[in-house]
Amino acid sequence: MKKLIIRGGRVVDPYSGTDEKLDILIQDGRVRKLEKKLDAGLREAKTIDARGKIVAPGFIDLHTHLREPGREDKETILTGTKAACHGGFTSVLCMPNTTPPIDDESVVRFVIRQQEQAGFARVYAVGAITKGLAGRELTEIGHLVGAGVVAISDDGNSLMNSELMRRALEYATMFGIPIISHCEDVSLTAAGVMNEGYYSTLFGMRGAPAVAEQVMVARDIILAEYTRAHIHITHVSSKGSVELIRRAKERGVRVTSDTAPHYFTLNDSMLRDYNPNLKINPPLRSLEDVEAIKDGLKAGTIDAIATDHAPHTQAEKEVEFDAAPSGIVGLETALGLVLKELVEPGVLSLPDAIRKLTFSPAEIVNLPGGRLQKGSPADITVFDPRPTWVCEPSDFLSKSKNSPFKGWTLRGKVECVLVGGNPVIEDGEVTSSTA
Amino acid sequence: MKLNRRDLLGLEELSREEVELILTTANSFREISERPIRKVPALRGKTIVNLFLEPSTRTRSSFELAAKRLSADTVNISASSSSILKGETLLDTARNLQAMKIDAVVIRHASPGAPAFLASKLAVPVINGGDGIHEHPTQGLLDLLTIRDKKGEIEGLKVLIVGDITHSRVARSDIFGLSKLGAEVRVCGPSTLIPREIEKLGVRVHYNIEEALINADVVIVLRLQIERQKGRLVPSVREYRNLFMITQERLSLAKEGTLLMHPGPINRGIELDQEAADSAQSVILDQVTNGIAIRMAILYLLIGVHP
Repeated sequence: MKKLIIRGGRVVDPYSGTDEKLDILIQDGRVRKLEKKLDAGLREAKTIDARGKIVAPGFIDLHTHLREPGREDKETILTGTKAACHGGFTSVLCMPNTTPPIDDESVVRFVIRQQEQAGFARVYAVGAITKGLAGRELTEIGHLVGAGVVAISDDGNSLMNSELMRRALEYATMFGIPIISHCEDVSLTAAGVMNEGYYSTLFGMRGAPAVAEQVMVARDIILAEYTRAHIHITHVSSKGSVELIRRAKERGVRVTSDTAPHYFTLNDSMLRDYNPNLKINPPLRSLEDVEAIKDGLKAGTIDAIATDHAPHTQAEKEVEFDAAPSGIVGLETALGLVLKELVEPGVLSLPDAIRKLTFSPAEIVNLPGGRLQKGSPADITVFDPRPTWVCEPSDFLSKSKNSPFKGWTLRGKVECVLVGGNPVIEDGEVTSSTA
Repeated sequence: MKLNRRDLLGLEELSREEVELILTTANSFREISERPIRKVPALRGKTIVNLFLEPSTRTRSSFELAAKRLSADTVNISASSSSILKGETLLDTARNLQAMKIDAVVIRHASPGAPAFLASKLAVPVINGGDGIHEHPTQGLLDLLTIRDKKGEIEGLKVLIVGDITHSRVARSDIFGLSKLGAEVRVCGPSTLIPREIEKLGVRVHYNIEEALINADVVIVLRLQIERQKGRLVPSVREYRNLFMITQERLSLAKEGTLLMHPGPINRGIELDQEAADSAQSVILDQVTNGIAIRMAILYLLIGVHP
């Protein structure tokens, strides 16, 4: 297979602590050499000029909605994985809330086949905890794992039955996979559409309190501690949750967590115009929560940054706020927000930010990627952290454009993305798929 | 004089001067409804659509009368008769109406922000006739007009709002309007029906009705939406009545000559007893009369041709 060299970039691999100018030789889909100056004699090799750029492991998104099967009008595995690569992600975990849901092996196999045909980012399926995401009976978790799922979750359908959650945690430990938990006590959120607090009072919208998240974070931590299982709390949005996770980690509970860029960027005061593209679940919280999320990222309480990429059509979102579905697209704005909101103001160093997009998520779900070492898969993202750009959703490769960041000035451009050694993005544009 | 805005979405965003302008204009329109021929040609040739997607008798007929007394033509659309039942979106409904060349839309909708959403998409003025639990600006204005008419001045008055504050768009508009004009606003109701951090809107919260009533110049009683409670927010109507119902006896704790108001429809014997509702202090029917004047003023200021 052809050789490929990435020359002259600043290689940042948080896993090994590497942060220096290196050349990388790639062959047969793997990293073969990392050296200060790779010799000539490799004239036949294709060269990517990375001078002045950052060369990082490909980003891994723990939380993506690809919508296929079922809602191909919002996103397909092809468009979603293309959008992922465009945003620097070489692997995504797809959530099981499709139609049909990923609750049996056939759907897992379908997803994997579609990904192979698409040939962009790798897709790892997250299986459902319960059949039909209905919260009543466990799926055949062993069979799902056999077919390739790397975690299980009922995602948006928060599993309210504590006994079932306990059993799922116990059962999952046999396979060494985590449960990814969307923490929401739905009896507390009821008809709420935004964070409960001063702004829900002012704007006259029904509130969903942050304690609805915290009650479930606390329950899941308690159950994980009891069963010695691994619980992963996804899209942490509130100060109280960060605090619960911090204390649990201190006493050795196997709890990990992620947050999404909107939770360290946006707050509930921004809902004044009732923009449906700000309707997200969990809802945007207060400024105080936003600060706590940043502190949690900085302290390592929050391990990873995930997008919760949730595509919806324009017709679905162009309605009154109450009627709009929750969720925003995020794959193509994540890096821009991380650099602008976290790295630029010094909340995270660049290597720490990259860690939360690469090795940390890989470690949480035991993926081989997320590192740049001799022998590791050549999933690589090359980006320039300096340029600013104005976010225009019509430029997204995602099928859906429901982003609240339209018109925002973001920082950092993805230049080149390799998946398994194949360049799928060059000069920021899609070149070819690996299929 | 003209309002320097295209839409009326809420009282929160209005300046004190704008509120004063609306009240002054409404005051001058009150007399029209007292004439033998209750009609002036101010809005002749204008078409106003009343898009009422939530049940309403009072507000809708008040808007309709206001438009007619200014010689505008009106079309009423309600949820049960509209193509929204056939799955049409609010946006498409409104765009279709606009394509029929109309001059304003009055919208009543269960979703907060629905008028703002329409206003962002349409070129004609949008008037909020009540959006979910958010605002009911014309009700707030008619309350201000009624209070000013009876008390002369709003500045410095102590106004108590009693009931389900959380789910009341009337309470929000009243609070915004009254605070703007310098009144001191108190709210009183079950703690389950007082929204979080409402103190930040500049109001005082009471849970004891007797305390709340002391020295009140105005008492605005809200409708208890019994169907909403379901035994979770309020244990029973009986308990609500005992703790919060405004009676003639309780009213005597307020300042002498206190005004009793209610946006209607009244649940007699639940939030307000029969005797108080029909007492001399009650200005509930004046509110209804003033509602027409306020809506005439809004329509005139937003779509009238001003020399």
